[in-house]
Amino acid sequence: MSVTAFLTDSTLCIGCKACEVACKEWNGIEGDGLDWSGFSYDNTGAVGASTWRHVKFVERAPVPGLGGNAGEQASWTFSSDVCKHCEQAGCLEACPTGSIVRTEFGGVFIQPDVCNGCGYCVTACPFGVVARNEQDGRAFKCTFCYDRQKVGLRPACAKACPTESIQFGEIDELREKARLRLEELHRRGMDDAAFYDPTHTSVRGTHAMFIIRGDPRTYNLPPSPQVPTIYLKKGWRSSALAAGLLLGGTLLALLTDGRSGR
Amino acid sequence: MPGLGTSFGRGGATTAQQDLSNADAILIMGSSMAENHPVGFQWVMEAREKGAKVIHVDPRYTRTSAMADIWLPLRAGTDILFLGALVNYVLENNREFREYVVHYTNASAILREDFRDTEDLDGLFSGWDAQKNKYSPESWLYQGAPSKETGGEKAGHSDVGGGHGKDRGGEAQDAGQFESDPTLEHPRCVFQVLKRHFSRYTPEMVERYCGVPEDVFLKAADAFSSASGPERTAAICYAVGWTQHSKGVQIIRTASILQLLLGNIGRPGGGILALRGHASIQGSTDIPTLYDILPGYLPMPLFESDSHQLEDYIKKHSTRTGLWSKFDHYFVSLMKAYYGDGAAKDNDWGFHWLPRITGDHSHFGYWLDMADGKLEGLFVMGQNPAVGASNGRLERKALAKLKWLVVRDMVETETASFWYASPEVERGELSPETIGTEVFLFPAAGTAEKAGTFTNTQRLLQHREKAVDPPGDARGEAWFMYHLGRRIKEKAKNDARSRNDGLRALTWNYSVEGLHTEPKVDEILEEINGYTLPGRVQLTKIKELRNDGSTACGAWIYCGVFPEPGHNRANERNPRDLLGHGWGFSWPNDCRIIYNRASARPDGQPWSERKKLVWWDEEKKEWTGLDNPDYEKNVAPDEPANIHSGTGIKALGGAKPFILHPDGVGWIYVPSGLKDGPLPAHYEPLESLFHNPLYRQQTNPGAQKKERPDNPYAESPGDPRFPYVLTTYRLTEHHTAGGMTRTLSHLAELQPELFTEISPELAAELGLTHGDWATITTPRGLVEARVMVTPRMRPVRIDGRVLHQVGLPYHWGYRGQVTGDIVNDLLAISEEPNVRIMETKALVCNLVPGRRARGSAARQQLDAQLGRTA
Repeated sequence: MSVTAFLTDSTLCIGCKACEVACKEWNGIEGDGLDWSGFSYDNTGAVGASTWRHVKFVERAPVPGLGGNAGEQASWTFSSDVCKHCEQAGCLEACPTGSIVRTEFGGVFIQPDVCNGCGYCVTACPFGVVARNEQDGRAFKCTFCYDRQKVGLRPACAKACPTESIQFGEIDELREKARLRLEELHRRGMDDAAFYDPTHTSVRGTHAMFIIRGDPRTYNLPPSPQVPTIYLKKGWRSSALAAGLLLGGTLLALLTDGRSGR
Repeated sequence: MPGLGTSFGRGGATTAQQDLSNADAILIMGSSMAENHPVGFQWVMEAREKGAKVIHVDPRYTRTSAMADIWLPLRAGTDILFLGALVNYVLENNREFREYVVHYTNASAILREDFRDTEDLDGLFSGWDAQKNKYSPESWLYQGAPSKETGGEKAGHSDVGGGHGKDRGGEAQDAGQFESDPTLEHPRCVFQVLKRHFSRYTPEMVERYCGVPEDVFLKAADAFSSASGPERTAAICYAVGWTQHSKGVQIIRTASILQLLLGNIGRPGGGILALRGHASIQGSTDIPTLYDILPGYLPMPLFESDSHQLEDYIKKHSTRTGLWSKFDHYFVSLMKAYYGDGAAKDNDWGFHWLPRITGDHSHFGYWLDMADGKLEGLFVMGQNPAVGASNGRLERKALAKLKWLVVRDMVETETASFWYASPEVERGELSPETIGTEVFLFPAAGTAEKAGTFTNTQRLLQHREKAVDPPGDARGEAWFMYHLGRRIKEKAKNDARSRNDGLRALTWNYSVEGLHTEPKVDEILEEINGYTLPGRVQLTKIKELRNDGSTACGAWIYCGVFPEPGHNRANERNPRDLLGHGWGFSWPNDCRIIYNRASARPDGQPWSERKKLVWWDEEKKEWTGLDNPDYEKNVAPDEPANIHSGTGIKALGGAKPFILHPDGVGWIYVPSGLKDGPLPAHYEPLESLFHNPLYRQQTNPGAQKKERPDNPYAESPGDPRFPYVLTTYRLTEHHTAGGMTRTLSHLAELQPELFTEISPELAAELGLTHGDWATITTPRGLVEARVMVTPRMRPVRIDGRVLHQVGLPYHWGYRGQVTGDIVNDLLAISEEPNVRIMETKALVCNLVPGRRARGSAARQQLDAQLGRTA
């Protein structure tokens, strides 16, 4: 069984939202509400319990100097966000019921029939991906189309993407593809093109990687995501220190009790 | 599609979407392809990734602009000025592909001495009859070409009828005999006339009146025109952003001229891709839902002297040379498909049973008749005109004049519910109690619930299976039409009046299957493909059609799609190559790129290794290559042409790629068949803020405004009440009038509300902030929308003053999960002269902060807006 991943290349995304709709259709997710947001052409906001793929629309200052003139006139970039399926996943570590598991494809999967809705995973996710369904309280997110992968199909979003902005495949091959693509983009003058795959932090890389331009925060991607459990050691150390201090203080108080010297 | 039809011979995209990936430059104009054809846009992306320059020309910076190398913000409605300047740039800088132009276009044809250009007559060509408000094409013909007298109007120039039937044009003369100058030096040859015609279409004019800065224009012109010649090609993509103008056909003509000059037709990575509005729109002109043509672009006969006798009709529409020399073969075979044994030589194959065109029966023609109470009943299928058609208020009020209305749809659309839910009811203009229209709503099957064939944008027939049975009483179109026809025929059987002879003769013997007795769609396609009579052997190619009644064929251009029983080529699903051979069937003859003889030099060898497609195989003595040749397979390139006295396709010889034209070449200049001139000229939109900078003639002389109290216009140019330019468009997230998308939460949530896109500058001028409400008005209506302030909209500087353009997507209505005002209520009903389409892409409006009034107050606001006295 190969370990798989997404490579989402925002320089190829045309903002059609086919991934978003294909995901909802395949997984039978409920609607997001019918409110106009005014955030460019984005009316579903962010990845959440009812949106597992989400296309972000970034309107910003022009990016000059790339040849042609389109980039100098305006800049409108699109990128399809999704659960990162971290190599070391905060949600999985936080889950007390064992509902969240790692699949044979390397993805992180919430078993809806085991989830008890405690919500620990929600706060444990460094990307703000996992969210609870407001009706029943259970946590939901991208399943990495576990059911489709099981039978040899590509995830619905990757299948629906018309421009191959969302690529799906074996993780090492995709990392190599990303490296080559980045070289190509730099050669074409896109100096700000970058590969987002936080291997250097405690999430130790993701199964949903991105090619973006500029600051990752523009795309809702934290520059240095951390799994909350890395703070455990520090937490325990502080607790131990506090406990030690308390104990020591108590002992000291006992030992230095004035009465003992009498 | 007479724009492409008259230029090249066929009213269809010349290339396949996949082939865009072979282009060295792509001009997208009149289309936001990334938004409305996102799947096909993958090939533009692929070309871009391979280094092609992508140029997008649009008043708005759209998702397509975001993917382009160069974006040019254009004042809506100045497309011909822009494209004409590109043509002029090519000619001024000698960028034309000379060898292609000399051999494969009519640049060398010499025009008559009495021809006058728009340069001579200040915006009119010779032949204009101000009394009749129309052109006579007599003076447009080639020098020496005998004018064809048929006893009636010249083909394509009748008052009645649209333009689809004369997709090819040029039947007004015998185009085989004319004078020409291959050096292109003769002052009256097409090439020199063209030079003079566009000489004032300069980069300075583009900057001043299109609003495109000169340096950006020059950058784009250089990028596009340098992708030309033996080694390079460039493609053009357009959609309804070109067609929906009062001069849409001529916009497409300008693009055709440009592509012929650059040698980009019939070659890989070249061509003009007409991006059709939605599924099977190409199919609905091939096997038409139009009133003015029969299947395969055979003209519907007119109620005129030259249509009274079959002989005259055939004479009028045949040509001596080229593929149309077999017009009678196509026509007789169609009659045999319609009437079977009832069609015989002694009754003119049933020609007299065909209805005759007596007037303008286009959408707007009959809708205005309906508004005037002249129509009793109406079938509405696959359409939602209460939302999707121009001047919605007029359209909906007209529905109330019907006795009966049948709507077939998957949901209760605005059209089906106009009688109780329309804005007219809210405003007190209509009330359910007084509307006499009986409305029948028939539930329709969805795409997955019926089998059949689509013909998509690139002439590709694709068969789809039925996945599930439709729910309840829902049925497919084939079921409905078959059983409707069957019942009408049964009624006719008992009614001996001669008017029913045709109905009685009509073959309607498809077998039925299943619980719902659905007609077998394969049988219908077999009939469309054609077969021999009486043996019923399936035909395999167009050449097998006969004019003696021994073949039947429902649409000659589709011949070959069903070459033997059980072999539906539209259902093939194993693509072998980039162009998709093995997947579906592309008419004609599974050619993916048509006129592909032009991909080889006159001597039959490819222009270059890089751009090879079809070439002559000297050993096998046949045309071969990467596509099926759109040519006589065994006619050698050195076979001489004999268009002066020869007949048929053979007369074209071996080096004339445009085989539907009688002279076998692409037409830079169209000698007859277009009602608004042989060459394109810039005219202002019917409603404009500006004087025509080039000619005294302000608007397209042939366009019809259909102006009346319920279809009023702003004064033009420069109505002070309407200071902005309005352009309407579609979004990826919704489908046309919204009946299939506003009803589904997963799509409705993506664009839940009507919004208007305006520039920060206009917002500041009006004191509007992002998210506010605004009301947009025209003389026809008013709509309210949320304000989207975005730098993607920008003012343009036109003739020294700042012009604001307002963008409005049009998908909303009063039914469905998300609702909103109907943008098409703002548009006027107008008719472009050739195809009678309305102008939706360039008009004038006002925009004021705040929401519109409600109820009867809205009616008062509307009337006040129109400046009418109550």
